[in-house]
Amino acid sequence: MAGTRQDRLGISPTAAGKHAILIGYSFIAIAPVALIIINSFKERMPIFKQPLDLPTAETFTLAGYETLGKRGDFGAWLGNSVLVTGGSLLLVLLLGAMAAFALARYRFMGSRVLGLYLAIGIMIPIRLGTVSLLGILQGLGLTNQLAGLVLVYTAAGLPLAVFVLSAFFREVPRDLEDAARVDGANDWHVFAMIVRLARPALAAVAILTMIPVWNDLWWPLVAAPGVPTLTLGSQQFLGQFVSDWNAVLAALTVAMIPMLVLYVVFNRQFVRGLMGGALK
Amino acid sequence: MKKKSLALGAAGVMALTAAMPIATTAQDPVKLTIESWRNDDLGIWEDVIIPAFEAQHPEIDVTFAPTPPADYNATLQTKLEGGTAGDLITCRPFDASLALYDAGYLASLNDLPGLANFGDVAKSAWITDDGSNVFCVPMASVIHGFIYNKDIFEELGITQLPTTDEELEAILAQIKEDGRYTPLAMGTKDMWESATMGFQNVGADLWQGEEGRKALIAGEAKLTDQPYVDALAELAAWRDFLPEGFEGISYPDAQQYFATGQAAVYPAGSWDIAFFEGQGLDIGFFGPGDVDGDGDCVISDHTDIALGLNAASPNAEAAKTFLDWVASAEFASLYSNSLPGFFSLSNEPVTLEDPVAQEALDLRATCDSTIRNSYQILSRGTPNLENELWAVSAAVINGTLTPEEGAARLQEGLDSWYAAD
Amino acid sequence: MAAPASAPRTRRRIPWSVVGFLAPALVIYTVFMVLPLLDSLRRSLFTASGELAGLDNYVTLLTDPDWAPRFWGAFANNIVFFAIHMLVQNPVGLLLAVLLTTRVLRGRTVYRTLIFAPTVLSVVIIGFIWKLILSPLWGVMEGAMEAVGLGDFYLPWLGLQGPALIVVSLMSVWQFVGIPMLLFSAALLSIPDEIIEAARTDGAGAWRIFRSIQLPLILPTVGIVAILTFVGNFNAFDLVYTVQGGLAGPEFSTDLFGTYFFRTFFGFQLQLGDPVMGATVAGMMFLIILFGVCLYLFGAQRRLQRVDP
Repeated sequence: MAGTRQDRLGISPTAAGKHAILIGYSFIAIAPVALIIINSFKERMPIFKQPLDLPTAETFTLAGYETLGKRGDFGAWLGNSVLVTGGSLLLVLLLGAMAAFALARYRFMGSRVLGLYLAIGIMIPIRLGTVSLLGILQGLGLTNQLAGLVLVYTAAGLPLAVFVLSAFFREVPRDLEDAARVDGANDWHVFAMIVRLARPALAAVAILTMIPVWNDLWWPLVAAPGVPTLTLGSQQFLGQFVSDWNAVLAALTVAMIPMLVLYVVFNRQFVRGLMGGALK
Repeated sequence: MKKKSLALGAAGVMALTAAMPIATTAQDPVKLTIESWRNDDLGIWEDVIIPAFEAQHPEIDVTFAPTPPADYNATLQTKLEGGTAGDLITCRPFDASLALYDAGYLASLNDLPGLANFGDVAKSAWITDDGSNVFCVPMASVIHGFIYNKDIFEELGITQLPTTDEELEAILAQIKEDGRYTPLAMGTKDMWESATMGFQNVGADLWQGEEGRKALIAGEAKLTDQPYVDALAELAAWRDFLPEGFEGISYPDAQQYFATGQAAVYPAGSWDIAFFEGQGLDIGFFGPGDVDGDGDCVISDHTDIALGLNAASPNAEAAKTFLDWVASAEFASLYSNSLPGFFSLSNEPVTLEDPVAQEALDLRATCDSTIRNSYQILSRGTPNLENELWAVSAAVINGTLTPEEGAARLQEGLDSWYAAD
Repeated sequence: MAAPASAPRTRRRIPWSVVGFLAPALVIYTVFMVLPLLDSLRRSLFTASGELAGLDNYVTLLTDPDWAPRFWGAFANNIVFFAIHMLVQNPVGLLLAVLLTTRVLRGRTVYRTLIFAPTVLSVVIIGFIWKLILSPLWGVMEGAMEAVGLGDFYLPWLGLQGPALIVVSLMSVWQFVGIPMLLFSAALLSIPDEIIEAARTDGAGAWRIFRSIQLPLILPTVGIVAILTFVGNFNAFDLVYTVQGGLAGPEFSTDLFGTYFFRTFFGFQLQLGDPVMGATVAGMMFLIILFGVCLYLFGAQRRLQRVDP
């Protein structure tokens, strides 16, 4: 980042105020999550009697996780979630970038109408079409298949991807493209060049696409209950063990961890992309 | 058909995903899946019931696939429409299942030999209005009453169980006076307990059970009549005995509250027995008793659960084999004993090993039985009487509606669409 | 959206590759999203037995005493839900973004990571966590409030008609504040350092810089955040469903369009699903969202024309 000169000045009173606000809000953001994780390692009575204490030698237990191991199938659920999210992400980014490229860089009859046609999808939850969509999936033999979920999520994710990416692609100066074309680049070369320039936008779209897909409960529930994703599996597990707090807290923790890990890893990419890829 | 052409159009799209790893389940020719809302019972089905069946029928592989109760109806309907539902469908009583049968999703079971093991009352919740078709095999009923913590009763020197509502209130007042324990463990956040464990529990005796229930359907009685206002007034009187913050206490919260020994009495469905016993609690069961003071009593003994056949099941033969087994005496005994609090509806006599469940079942000997009054016919329109009962019962306990206002709202809602013929 | 800064040049012919670029996205989108949605809307114009009903279902929804109160109740609740997001989530997100894009601040990656964390979690999980924390049974919230001397103000909010909706809205704000924060951060970072440095050299304070340089320059992002919030809020379902159940209690006081649609379409408990009225509710949601989006597009268009002619 620019402005490193001033970093050496140390912490001024204003900076201290800023830190205070940010530390305070970070605490609010993370405390509830931490509370669940901490208590998932405690015996039942200490959970109720001293919810804010860290587990000690006397109160530590893995009872909840043992119930989980016996009754849950978190490994398989995780695998399903990874395949569905990964597949959807890939299709949304690739097909979304292609469509956005065509809409942003060419003017042709109906390009505006097509852009609007795609943009409408941002506003409407695909859930409103559930019954008809299930009929289509059934006709294709895609119910209870991860591929069916991938197609639904791709359809639902494309509008926002095209919308965001085409806005970015439009900003890429014409001169760059013209220069490349003079050097003999064809459409696909230009596409690849522009996509490379729009990496931060792709990262943003990836995050916006990934989070709802990973966390979605609805489509796994109605379209593919036979191959549960992590969200569906843990939701049903929670419903089933709702009165067993050890198991509930353990299940919440296990359901959160993969996404949090993924997020910390992905977050670095995202921040770097956001800061380094300015289109100047 | 349109569906077909959509499917064709989309076929091209599939090429794009052909490279996707697809998790396919190996197609075993006789793999049966049971749809159910009884997620609490998953362990029992997996460890006891299904192994017992598979021991006799090794050629059939049964999977129990429950959905949480609140999601069940919606999910099931969507899955049936979308063709993803399992072979065997757990049936809610009366109209919810009747609608599925009328829509062609449930098969008629008239030719199932095992149905001979059930009486008319047992079958009444899963039969067409004209009585010509039975579409689910009755599994169990549930009884409402109160579960009490024996240790707390002993500690407070309460030796006489209540037999009327006055006696119950006196005991609750005594517990409150003592101050160490909360008298009643219930909350109003999830609402349905207020209606089911509250209104239907204490009300059955007030409206004379079946007599009152049928009079409502016939239009001869109104929800603004005294028995219904009284039932709501009983609920309003509970307010003082509930835990602090009861408005925010959900069903599992209340279970947990009672299970951790903080409360003395728990307004219950008999299905709660198994949970509390599993928590190592020493409990007993008593009924609502003679609430109206006319010398007899009526309990809510509700035909709650049955099992039907998905009309679209490709494994109908195997599924019927399973259903016939569900209708057998062996299943009746296995089910009632592994899930204490669910009472088999079979004509075959069942010996219960669980003493608390037996206490609940013994109420049948001293009291008349009725089913919940909102389940048959009266919840077919909008606003839905059952859903209204949830909201009104909870609001009366919370004090945001008086019993009279609540009763008036219930009748008004019913009047807006229902007229007895 | 906003008019492009540099409009694409007219090309002499349409290369076939344009078709190749567009087709896959259009086909998937049309088959798996547009057609099912249109089919749903079509259902709202017919009776359950398949006869053409025109707008009768809509008239019933908006005026019939059995339907209208719940519809308008959900509408009012949804507006409150949206207002709380606009008044709390987005200003807080902007404040955090301004703080996080300060040049001299150490550890901003850590802050950003922590604050955004709840956003990546499932609403089901978040709802469950908050339900546990606010439960009078566990008493965590009560204990925490007692610790800071506010114990007397603790109530079982989720069970009370007035506060329930506000508390549920704040849960949603808590979870999603990271999104406006990131969008605003990105916009603030794209402002050239030189402009801000120049203003600072001229003696402008932080507030001055924010008011007269940063805010005007990130105005398009403010618009995008507002419309994303609007669309997200009017589609919200999972949180209320997880925390308050399908009846959106107490007394429907947390009922949003999402839960109302769910109950109508799929039924609830003994209430049977009504695909026709469900489709009608979906149709109304569609119209309301469309109206909001048009309003935004209209406003954004005008503002942009004013800002850069």
